[in-house]
Amino acid sequence: MSGADNVVWLGTPPFPEAARTALADTRLRANLRRATGTIRDKRLAVAAELEDWEELRETAATIKRHTLRHLDHHLLRLEKAVTAAGGVVHWAADAADANRIVTALVKATGEDEVVKVKSMATQEIGLNEALADAGIRAYETDLAELIVQLGGDRPSHILVPAIHRGRSEIREIFRREMGEWGRPAPEDLTDEPRDLAEAARLHLREKFLRAKVAVSGANFAAADTGTVAVVESEGNGRMCLTLPQTLITVMGIEKVLPSFVDLDVFLQLLPRSSTGERMNPYTSLWTGVTEGDGPRNFHLVLLDNGRTATLADEVGRQALACIRCSACLNVCPVYERTGGHAYGSVYPGPIGAVLTPQLVGIENAASLPFASTLCGACYDACPVKINIPEVLVHLRAEAVEAKRRDRLLPTTEALAMKAAGAVLNSPRRLAAVQRLAALGARLVARDGRIGALPGPFARWSGTRDTPAPARESLRAWWRRTRPPTGEDSRTTTERKG
Amino acid sequence: MRIALFITCFNDTMFPRTGQAVTTLLERLGHTVEFPQGQTCCGQMHFNTGYRPETLPMVRRFAEVFAGYDAVVAPSGSCAGMVRDHHRVVAAQYGDAALAEAVEHVVPTVYELSELLVDVLGVTDVGAYFPHRVTYHPTCHSLRMLRVGDRPLKLLRAVKGIDLVELPDAQSCCGFGGTFALKNAEVSNAMLADKMRHVQDTGAEILCAGDNSCLTHIGGGLSRLRTGVGTMHLAEILASTEGDVR
Repeated sequence: MSGADNVVWLGTPPFPEAARTALADTRLRANLRRATGTIRDKRLAVAAELEDWEELRETAATIKRHTLRHLDHHLLRLEKAVTAAGGVVHWAADAADANRIVTALVKATGEDEVVKVKSMATQEIGLNEALADAGIRAYETDLAELIVQLGGDRPSHILVPAIHRGRSEIREIFRREMGEWGRPAPEDLTDEPRDLAEAARLHLREKFLRAKVAVSGANFAAADTGTVAVVESEGNGRMCLTLPQTLITVMGIEKVLPSFVDLDVFLQLLPRSSTGERMNPYTSLWTGVTEGDGPRNFHLVLLDNGRTATLADEVGRQALACIRCSACLNVCPVYERTGGHAYGSVYPGPIGAVLTPQLVGIENAASLPFASTLCGACYDACPVKINIPEVLVHLRAEAVEAKRRDRLLPTTEALAMKAAGAVLNSPRRLAAVQRLAALGARLVARDGRIGALPGPFARWSGTRDTPAPARESLRAWWRRTRPPTGEDSRTTTERKG
Repeated sequence: MRIALFITCFNDTMFPRTGQAVTTLLERLGHTVEFPQGQTCCGQMHFNTGYRPETLPMVRRFAEVFAGYDAVVAPSGSCAGMVRDHHRVVAAQYGDAALAEAVEHVVPTVYELSELLVDVLGVTDVGAYFPHRVTYHPTCHSLRMLRVGDRPLKLLRAVKGIDLVELPDAQSCCGFGGTFALKNAEVSNAMLADKMRHVQDTGAEILCAGDNSCLTHIGGGLSRLRTGVGTMHLAEILASTEGDVR
């Protein structure tokens, strides 16, 4: 499996179609609404507690912008610092490259299993599958990621991968699958959160104590000290990062920060934006290897996988500033109703809709930039001020251009847009169409309302009545009731279109 | 003040009453309203659907037709937002220096109705009378692109006789989103369903907003369900007086 195949899940239909399936799942919608609603309210409350919240956002956005502009420089600094601290840095151009590097590193230890800290980057490259192909079993230790893995499922949220699952579903998955992977769930397991957590704890403890190799992602890495950081809520990350002898971290190149002190800003923003907490329960920082403490070997795999190409796009590159907090998902009305699987990618929601098409090429995810009403709630929520609506619209233009390049004949939509353009570029033609529309509407309207319509408008008119176009447009009314004074020629003449 | 009315292509064709209301209202406040007949469309549909080069002539036309007024008013947060946020982008991408300058010149004069009334003309009580139960939906582009804030509510609160009730979950998108309603019809419907439920929960007779496009979407749903809840543009409520017979 190549990386692009995992950033975009092969076989997932375009968004509108995948969304239809999700919408029909009432349990999914209820789970999502409850979960996103709760996090949304908590986030607003804790963000409001900080008087300098807006300043923090601005600072974070500035740091990210600056870092991305000089990314090569900071990555080389990071490599130098990590190496000096006793770590080994590897550069991976794409997913296949990264998977090859990690697989070889695990093989070199002689082990055939690894414990994993929840990581978007390793999801993105399909690492678990690549390791499995090499006979190595990867155990997810994040509770939600464990639920996804045991369920043979895919993550549907950046932060809460199993957000689409309810308690009773989780109980079923634990009962059915845990025994296959290690310690089975207790016979009398209930669907109480406390019992479920306890079952997971016992199941995972066995893994932590046995593991010699761990694989993690990284939330941040400081270029000046070579320090890598992971934040998490359950302590399983901490276990993976301290107990095993070998630690392999896979990190997207955009995660680097110029300096250790920059963490000050991001460790305030991230937990408040993601889980609505003032501080995340566990923050693990490590710098290379330390004699007598933690892993003996540390490898940092720096992953490109489409990021350099994204960086080249002046508008789109801001998506690389994302700190994976998922605030945009939790406020997005489209995500709330469709869930993450509809986006057909490891990165769902508004950020996924702008990140995925850039990582894999617009032609491979052309429906995603259109999976938004452009309501702008995501932009308001983003702690690093990524203008997601701006990037969405930018990518829509790219999607249309890509279609124009690839097709001999224009699409129906392109023809309609061309026709609409011709009308809207001329007041005279617009007035003519208005007269026609008024006439046509009188034939189909009943009490000034139009019911079901054929063709492209069937999907609109299935659930909504449409008011009939006015008998007299405003421009016609104005001409009739307010003859031009002649003072302003623009009111009477028309520019030749 | 000499104010040009940018009616928007959608209002022009579907809701001339809104444009008439804006005119009545501004003239009642003592201003001169002009309607440049050369106007057409802000280009939002093309821009937002990805047909960017096609937007250029509309941007050019807008900058030409609306140059030189004290203010340009649009009874649409969405179209005003398009002009303010995106005309510069299009001019920079495809236009020449002259167009960029023309756009730079006209954009600061463009206002959404509530902005014009409150910020430029300095009025919140426009002398309206509207004895009905009304709830107000702040459309996304008014709310987040233009940041009109509570200006429309200030204006509505000053209307005599009005029974203004709060809309639950008001800031949630109604699910229209232009071509989104066609491309992602099912998601759009799911969002509409929630919005309609909230509107009905208020017991309002009239749903008011500053954008007829969102109102067409929500009102179309309310009409199909025979709820009896009507929709009205903010301008029409503000233009109503005791002299009007309803």
